[in-house]
Amino acid sequence: MQELSQKHLLGIKELTSEDLELIFATADNFKDVINRPIKKVPSLRDITIANVFFENSTRTRLSFELAEKRLSADVINFSSANSSVKKGETLLDTVNNILAMKVDMVVMRHSSPGAPHFLAKHIDANIINAGDGTHEHPTQALLDTFSIREQYGKVEGLKVAIIGDILHSRVALSNIFALKKLGAEVMVCGPNTLLPKYIASLGVKVELDVKKALQWCDVANVLRIQLERQQIKYFPSLREYSLYYGINKKLLNSLDKKITIMHPGPINRGVEISSDVADSEHAIILDQVENGVAIRMAVLYLLAGSKMA
Amino acid sequence: MQKRLILDSHLLDITISRLSQQLIENHSNFDNSVIIGLQPKGPFLADLIHKKLEQETGHQIDKGYLDTTFHRDDFRRREVPVRANETKIDFIIEDKNVVIVDDVLYTGRSVRAAMDAMMAFGRPEKVELLVLVDRRYSRDLPIAPDYVGKSVNTLDTQKVLVELEGQGFEQNKIWLVNKEQ
Repeated sequence: MQELSQKHLLGIKELTSEDLELIFATADNFKDVINRPIKKVPSLRDITIANVFFENSTRTRLSFELAEKRLSADVINFSSANSSVKKGETLLDTVNNILAMKVDMVVMRHSSPGAPHFLAKHIDANIINAGDGTHEHPTQALLDTFSIREQYGKVEGLKVAIIGDILHSRVALSNIFALKKLGAEVMVCGPNTLLPKYIASLGVKVELDVKKALQWCDVANVLRIQLERQQIKYFPSLREYSLYYGINKKLLNSLDKKITIMHPGPINRGVEISSDVADSEHAIILDQVENGVAIRMAVLYLLAGSKMA
Repeated sequence: MQKRLILDSHLLDITISRLSQQLIENHSNFDNSVIIGLQPKGPFLADLIHKKLEQETGHQIDKGYLDTTFHRDDFRRREVPVRANETKIDFIIEDKNVVIVDDVLYTGRSVRAAMDAMMAFGRPEKVELLVLVDRRYSRDLPIAPDYVGKSVNTLDTQKVLVELEGQGFEQNKIWLVNKEQ
């Protein structure tokens, strides 16, 4: 019997390496469950979960919803696009109103960094961060490291390069925390303008040449250019970015080893990654998506599991 | 802590042999029957019985392990969630006679969860329950074992401690322990 050190999943930063191992071990069991003919277990049948999305999402939201349903929880969905947020309601009011309907857990995505931390301070329910601005995206990092562990049997000692728009990426930050806690070596790679100023202080290597990064690593996690978060121009054109930082088959073939390619989605084919790489045997992009459901089931199960108040 | 030995290696061997013979009596050569051990302790016992049954019948018999963690009814009612174990059932139990094997039968709640969890692998023809130790008069649910290694009368303040060689213990020993107050 074991439990997480946290009541909420706000970020990877707050978790211990034992927490990560517990989540992985639980996700192993849930991966087995979702590959059975009957994919459902009744664990969370008396729990109601609100998926509150103030920002667009396809994968994360579907994945959470599926994980909740596989655990037999009751699910309500909220997206800010067609809600009273447009009429000027505050975040706290919105969530308190949802909680007044007797909700036990809140899965939230918000464009402001720290929004879930703010909520956790003010309300009683378990909060799961499904991405807060450019800050953290813990479940994505969990499923990424879980996929690496599945591929190599371990994470410790592996070399992982995170390539692309590091500056605007919550996936990058959460991945760096998770990988470091699990004992992997991490390198970030991208154009200078898309690398945060003090990123090296997190204990990661910094590389500007994508070919050198690929030559160094065992696993490359390729990130999308987040144009929607870029108010100024960070590079001359997407075509030029693709030319210098895009991962294509020719580049992979020029390496003297086989590396694993990951991508958190959504993919911009032909920009950060070419189709022949995304669809190749190097890529475990769809395994990541499958593992996402198991990881989210594990997180929900472990957070919901502590004794009812 | 007071401990009383209720089964030792020698007696356990005899008990396993007897239980196996009783199973053969009802399932003949296990053509349409399977053995399922309940995690975390049942699998060790299921292994012992399975080995004995294969020796006696000369047939290959299907054996699986079932974890009931996600089907338990005490989720959110204990201080911390129970850690899950591996479920390993490589066959379909549709129309099969299933023998559930566990170490100790106490409240019957694990067995209820097991029957629920098992339905993910098909609709069995018949389900029977084999336990090494039956703690009589302590059931919370209307569940009764079909095959019993040893029946004991126990108090709620007592605990049955099972130490099997398969778990890494030197000798097979089953104890009745008085829990510290």
